[in-house]
Amino acid sequence: MKTKMNSWDKVLEARKPLRPKTLDYIENIFDDFTELHGDRLYGDDKSIIGGIATIDGIPVTVIGEQKGKTTNENMLRNFGMPNPEGYRKALRLMKQAEKFNRPIITFIDTPGAYPGIGAEERGQGEAIARNLLEMSKLRVPIICIVIGEGSSGGALAIGVGDKILMLENSIYSILSPEGFASILYKDSNLYKEAADKMKITAKDLKELGIIDEIILENDIFNNVKKSILKNLKQLNKLSVDILLENRYNKFRKIGKGVEKDDITE
Amino acid sequence: MIIDKIRKVNSEETTRVANTKASDMMVGKWIKCDNCKEILYKDDVKENYSVCPNCGKHFRLSSRRRIKQIIDDGTFIELMENLHTTNPINFDGYMQKIKSTSEKTKIKEGVKTGLGKINGIDVAIAVMDGNFFMGSMGEVVGEKITNLIEVAIEKKLPLIIFCISGGARMQEGMVSLMQMAKTSAAIAKFDEAGLLYISVLTDPTTGGVTASFASLGDIILAEPGALIGFAGPRVIEQTIKQKLPEGFQRSEFLLEHGFIDRIVERKNMKEELYNILKLHVGGKNEN
Ligand SMILES: [Zn+2]
Repeated sequence: MKTKMNSWDKVLEARKPLRPKTLDYIENIFDDFTELHGDRLYGDDKSIIGGIATIDGIPVTVIGEQKGKTTNENMLRNFGMPNPEGYRKALRLMKQAEKFNRPIITFIDTPGAYPGIGAEERGQGEAIARNLLEMSKLRVPIICIVIGEGSSGGALAIGVGDKILMLENSIYSILSPEGFASILYKDSNLYKEAADKMKITAKDLKELGIIDEIILENDIFNNVKKSILKNLKQLNKLSVDILLENRYNKFRKIGKGVEKDDITE
Repeated sequence: MIIDKIRKVNSEETTRVANTKASDMMVGKWIKCDNCKEILYKDDVKENYSVCPNCGKHFRLSSRRRIKQIIDDGTFIELMENLHTTNPINFDGYMQKIKSTSEKTKIKEGVKTGLGKINGIDVAIAVMDGNFFMGSMGEVVGEKITNLIEVAIEKKLPLIIFCISGGARMQEGMVSLMQMAKTSAAIAKFDEAGLLYISVLTDPTTGGVTASFASLGDIILAEPGALIGFAGPRVIEQTIKQKLPEGFQRSEFLLEHGFIDRIVERKNMKEELYNILKLHVGGKNEN
């Protein structure tokens, strides 16, 4: 067991090249994975992997952002930064899952949606927005697991589900601590302080009521598998109407503000 | 030239300077257009819907003035006027900044929501305000918009949202990010209710607002020349290490690439909205 890690240590851990990636989870937890490609509109984004597999004999659709472990792999995977076609592929496969009544498991691991010319030309904002809208009403259980770095709308675009789980040493944030420091502190060197103040660790987000569960990393694949199966079992008991109502309320209750006449410091 | 302008819009520092200019504009008699550099008489600009009479540049409009331009006099009823942030991640100095911004701008939060009429047709309307934390979306903006959508579903009203935003409210961390999911889920319900949602994009609409309700309108309008995108131009330039093409991420570019329906000049906006609303009255939508 490691000694206590601070928020910045967790950022480093979450970004480690040799940390397990989506494909490692697919290989170690699921059987018969059949990868499916393309968004049917533009191309096949290799920074998002998707397909059908079974877990303990149950057919599921698996979708995840894929970072590389080496420079070459990262070039191929665009460092896990999807373009719109990646999110549209994810959506196509999720709708397919809905049609065949398969639960959906997503793995989140991205520094963010890719900020590029082509991405903007093809509607990065629209692609993410569409996924948020559609995921909120898919009539099958959705379990989202942050396995490494979950950063910004690019992470959330496959992160609307019935259960949001985080690995013990993963992070989930609105932008990178470096970006946060340079914008709000006007000094990118203050990234360690930013990491702490931003509340991005699994523990922070569990306390804020944003995630449901923290998965320990001592026996990582086994723990993730057990957690998926446990949550699937719970979700499968619900009627579709209740499932959807719970999913709506889950996000509905986050950040409600307070009504009062004056602002108090 | 346009790249310079894009960079200017993206830099918080310069935006703040531009804000001061905007408020000076209300005090002094003359202003200088930041696009064509023409010196303009402020009353002329005001009368011209805050659009430069010389070059057509659409200047930033407060939510209060926007509502005055769009909603019939005396019909606007504001909802959740006094909703404030709880500082959900206890970010140091945030509440003080909210308070001072609010006192300086006389604006309470990044969006005004309410019910009103457009040439007699009832609508639910949200108007974001770029003079308050760059129209960024935190829990208050997310909650007010979600609440408005739910009210519109209940009252079977068409929904209009005027967007202007720098993205998510960073000071509220992940609570801000989740407002994207919350508002989009509400739009999904609104959509299933068979009601009309018109999204209007104004300069600038970026980040988490572009990647949620702004892009989900049945009909998406934009003001001319507005910067609209997910990633900011500066971030893109830093990533790809090259200059962006002229006109990149502007309304005309989005129209060309199929992401908006129509570009509408501000002086025609109310009539345009009215015409679209009228086209959705009757037929299957009656009752
Ligand atoms: Zn001008």
